[in-house]
Amino acid sequence: MKILVPVKRVVDYNVKVRVKSDGSGVDIANVKMSMNPFDEIAIEEAVRLKEKGVATEVIAVSCGVTQCQETLRTAMAIGADRGILVETPADLDLQPLAVAKLLKALVDKEQPGLIILGKQAIDDDCNQTGQMLAALADLPQATFASKVEIVDGKAQVTREIDGGLEVLSISLPAVVTTDLRLNEPRYVTLPNIMKAKKKQLDTFKPEDLGVDVAPRIKTLKVAEPAKRSAGIKVPDVATLVDKLKNVAKVI
Amino acid sequence: MTSLVIAEHDSASIKGATLNTITAAIACGGDVHVLVAGHNAAAAAQAASKIAGVAKVIHADSESLAHGLAENVAAQVLAIAGNYSHILFPATAGGKNVAPRVAAKLDVAQISDVTKVDSADTFERPIYAGNAIATVQSTDATKVITVRTTGFDAAAATGGSAEVEIAAAQADSGKSSFKGSEIAKNDRPELTAAKIIVSGGRALGSAEKFNEVMTPLADKLGAAIGASRAAVDAGYAANDLQVGQTGKIVAPQLYVACGISGAIQHLAGMKDSKVIVAINKDPEAPIFSVADFGLEADLFAAVPELTQAL
Repeated sequence: MKILVPVKRVVDYNVKVRVKSDGSGVDIANVKMSMNPFDEIAIEEAVRLKEKGVATEVIAVSCGVTQCQETLRTAMAIGADRGILVETPADLDLQPLAVAKLLKALVDKEQPGLIILGKQAIDDDCNQTGQMLAALADLPQATFASKVEIVDGKAQVTREIDGGLEVLSISLPAVVTTDLRLNEPRYVTLPNIMKAKKKQLDTFKPEDLGVDVAPRIKTLKVAEPAKRSAGIKVPDVATLVDKLKNVAKVI
Repeated sequence: MTSLVIAEHDSASIKGATLNTITAAIACGGDVHVLVAGHNAAAAAQAASKIAGVAKVIHADSESLAHGLAENVAAQVLAIAGNYSHILFPATAGGKNVAPRVAAKLDVAQISDVTKVDSADTFERPIYAGNAIATVQSTDATKVITVRTTGFDAAAATGGSAEVEIAAAQADSGKSSFKGSEIAKNDRPELTAAKIIVSGGRALGSAEKFNEVMTPLADKLGAAIGASRAAVDAGYAANDLQVGQTGKIVAPQLYVACGISGAIQHLAGMKDSKVIVAINKDPEAPIFSVADFGLEADLFAAVPELTQAL
């Protein structure tokens, strides 16, 4: 069974982004870029399934600018066998629906038994692509996974839902999206980084896959959120209780 | 122009997040219809018909809709989607699971986590963990939206008298089945609907201490319990208690952060709270920069003292 794992290049989670002064977006020039953390978890899960003998090949795919090759190399250093870049122009606003269509075309081509994606990218915070891909490919889905087991040609997935957990059984092929507690991704080692450089990386354009990637949503403006100013420090618990009762009046 | 709100319910009643979503739907303009898809959910459909501002309730009932499986619920929404200009889901685990399936099948973009409706096609939503607010305009005929419930007031649960229409249930997809669930049972208010939240961080040190220190305070305040990612990752608190960018987004009247340093990802989940209290022994902790009242103290002494004093 092949596993396809889409990975996104995003601003590193430690970077606090700045809104551009003209309100056209956030400034991502010269900031550190990394693999979306949820996608790292997805790659790790796929590699573990391969190590257990459940999967035979792990294919990482990234949609975006040329530099997404670095993200794919990281995925291959974790253990993906090969990479696919769907290269789009730097000035294109690539949105989840378009990515889902590109991935659907690759699913048709590669016929994976499982597609594992991060539940959400930490830049646009959309939480859409996996579910959209499942719909377009007419596959069952198990989102926000905290445990994945392959049993008798089905995936048994424990999902994080409001209030607790639920377990679903879905027939393969299927789409799974990862939540934080699914696993802890390994550190990549230098020998694996070197090995990853020699792995196969194919590049396509959206036209090669017959997909229209034009954006459907226009960003009119990006602004700073309302600032919350720091309040006061209180010296002790008694003062705190007094402030909550008599100033804030919340208890 | 008519909007459809997909209700979140437990078969007997409508969950709070639905009420905020209805307010967002009203802001989009036009009539508001509510879909109650479930099994033996007539009571929930009746409850939905009483919500102020709802013109019609559509009730689809079938065993295949009992557990909110994304494939089946999406098919149910798609069966009637053609009648609507806007389709809105609460941005809960359930809504986020289904909405993109509906959008993709309609070949339209989804607008996630909307915090404000500027007009019928223009919306505001946070990006980058709430460090920026984007104003976006949809060019699609149907707007599929998930609503961040903290951005909208709840519609009144009573005062309406909508008709309830029964819709035929769509066939089961056959590709997905529900095996079981573990839902924590307690008398506490739901995290996303609570008026007061007490939240613990890594400084608690263990699951036992978390429970020993935080639970009495929560009991005293009638509060929900939350946690930082660090505390959840360390196993001190259950996964679904995580407050933050990729966990629960909350905006209670009072948020008490105990031993939470205040990473941007955590602040993203709670900085819209009305009053924030931070108890932390590190004077440099970023949480103090958003706290209305900061107490620089060891939480193991301060929190029990606070519990006593209340």
